[in-house]
Amino acid sequence: MNTPAEGELAIRARGLTKRFGALVAVDHVDLAVPRRNVYGFLGPNGSGKSTTIRMLCGLLTPSEGEIDVLGLAIPAQAEALRKRIGYMTQKFSLFEDLTARENLEFLADVQGVPRARAKRRIDELVEQYHFADRQKQLAGTMSGGQKQRLALACAVIDEPELLFLDEPTSAVDPESRRDFWEKLFELADAGTTLLVSTHYMDEAERCHRIAILDRGVLVADGTPAELTAGLAGRTLLVTAEDPRHAQRALVGVEGVLSVAQIGNSLRVLTADDLGDARERVGDALASSGQKAGIDETTPNLEDVFVSATHDGERERAA
Amino acid sequence: MNLRRLWAVVLKELRQMRRDRITLAMIVGIPVMQLVLFGYAINLNVRGLAAGIADQANTAGSRAAVMDLLATGVVAPVVETRTPDELVALLRRGEISVGIAVPPDFEQRKAQGREAVQVMVDGSDTSVQGAAAQLAQMPLDGSARLREAPLASTPPAAPIDVVAFYNPERRSAVNIVPGLIGVILTMTMVLFTGVSIVRERERGNMELLIATPLSRTELMVGKVLPFIAIGLVQTTVILALGLWLFTVPVRGSVLDVYLAAGLLILANLTLGLMISTKAQSQFQAMQMTFFVFLPSILLSGFMFPFAGMPQVVRWLAEVLPLTHFLRLIRGIMLRGAGLAEMWIDVAALLAFTAVMMGAAILRFHKRLD
Repeated sequence: MNTPAEGELAIRARGLTKRFGALVAVDHVDLAVPRRNVYGFLGPNGSGKSTTIRMLCGLLTPSEGEIDVLGLAIPAQAEALRKRIGYMTQKFSLFEDLTARENLEFLADVQGVPRARAKRRIDELVEQYHFADRQKQLAGTMSGGQKQRLALACAVIDEPELLFLDEPTSAVDPESRRDFWEKLFELADAGTTLLVSTHYMDEAERCHRIAILDRGVLVADGTPAELTAGLAGRTLLVTAEDPRHAQRALVGVEGVLSVAQIGNSLRVLTADDLGDARERVGDALASSGQKAGIDETTPNLEDVFVSATHDGERERAA
Repeated sequence: MNLRRLWAVVLKELRQMRRDRITLAMIVGIPVMQLVLFGYAINLNVRGLAAGIADQANTAGSRAAVMDLLATGVVAPVVETRTPDELVALLRRGEISVGIAVPPDFEQRKAQGREAVQVMVDGSDTSVQGAAAQLAQMPLDGSARLREAPLASTPPAAPIDVVAFYNPERRSAVNIVPGLIGVILTMTMVLFTGVSIVRERERGNMELLIATPLSRTELMVGKVLPFIAIGLVQTTVILALGLWLFTVPVRGSVLDVYLAAGLLILANLTLGLMISTKAQSQFQAMQMTFFVFLPSILLSGFMFPFAGMPQVVRWLAEVLPLTHFLRLIRGIMLRGAGLAEMWIDVAALLAFTAVMMGAAILRFHKRLD
């Protein structure tokens, strides 16, 4: 795994920890986010993604650890950072009783976009984010996808160097999600660094690099290609006449981490320290009287995720 | 403080307010409703009080004296008894509010210039007592005088000075309207700002705001400024209605009235902000507002005379902005005093504002933890 050079980093965190009473929401996480990248934060709900993002932009004080964002020590220099970042919250946080344009105007003023430029910039964003006919519509009356677009437009009004997006597409239909990601890549091409949290695998696969969080612990990070390459030879595709029966036969077999049904076949993820996993799978299927074909298949991010979180569980058990 | 960011907050608040029909209705509705309600309902020109009459003299003169009293319309006869003792019993049971006793030696007393008629009053009801006081001032064909003996509920035979000590002073619309400016401003101003920051926290706006370069002071001051204008509009509404409906005098300068109102508005807005930083929900903010509002009404001197309160309560009342405002506004509107003459209360309001604003800014953190 190649680690990017220090100077090229937008975010550097070491031993980042956040405790809420007895709960450890984020547990000694190390992060390195290269500039001009779309960096994905992958993890289930409650895995510490939002808490980490809030610490990185200075909204929460870490219990432990060091953070360096755009060369600033956080949280000490959080105020200086706020002029240089955009932050899109998980919950829609614009003013629902203001119109699209009023929201943009408010953020332009607050972010200190020079007055002469502000109007031009707002017109530009209205055009770019397809609000030309909705400028006077109240934000609260917009659809989920429109709200997300407006929130993004507001977050980038001052052309921030770094953009934090906390599950930006969780309440959006697939088509809007695709449009939204187009916009994110346009921003990255223009030189912005983006940190996006998500629980969608397809979104994670589009990121330049991803970090997988599980119950506050960083369980994997790297480019999607690196992460999936690490699982080479561990994913099997089982085709059986009765996939549900076959699935029951495979659950609990030593060395099998997960069995997921995909149409008429089963996707089986095996543990790395059992080289004969494929044999065991064959044996288990045979002993349950199933005729099945077993083929190796290319690992995907979901496999990476399952494997990584499984490893985490085992460590905790130990 | 960056003026552009400050203006952005003010503009945002104004735009949001314009779309908030309930708040808009409250701005004008509350003053009008309360003024009409209090102005007319808290009326000391009581009429038709249930009265018992014990005319033991039963002479032409005594009957004429009783008829004179009844002719005022303040009392309406419901029962006639033979002895004053029966009147006392009826009073105690609450069947009558006023007892009129004429002793057997009415003519003789009248001739000697002694008290000729006794009016017994249910002192447990302050407005009744006030009405009876008016009765007592009525001349009884020249030499006859009435003696007023308020009968307090507890203890029944309390001397007159004690009763007066715990009974509120007489009030009228003229006295109430200036006070109402203060009461209405206290209620609406604290409430408006009290919920304003909590509302943004509840709606999720706060996380966006604190992630921007907006400073704490800009946010706080920006939230207060639009409401100063609203408060002055309310003051105008109350003054205009007070003038029109109750012909309340403004003996001092109108500018002083607005300056005093402005001071109270500031004090209340900053108090509201302070509440807003403490409350977790809009409901809690509402509760805290009423926690301040009730003592304000009861202890400030609006309802009960300040002079009658125990020393400890007076100290407490001195902390309430409404107390100082009442002294200012009554002084300006009724006694024609100038603000400069009452500089102590002006200073108290300014100090309250400074402390609350400072505390609110210090308490508000641009952090989620």
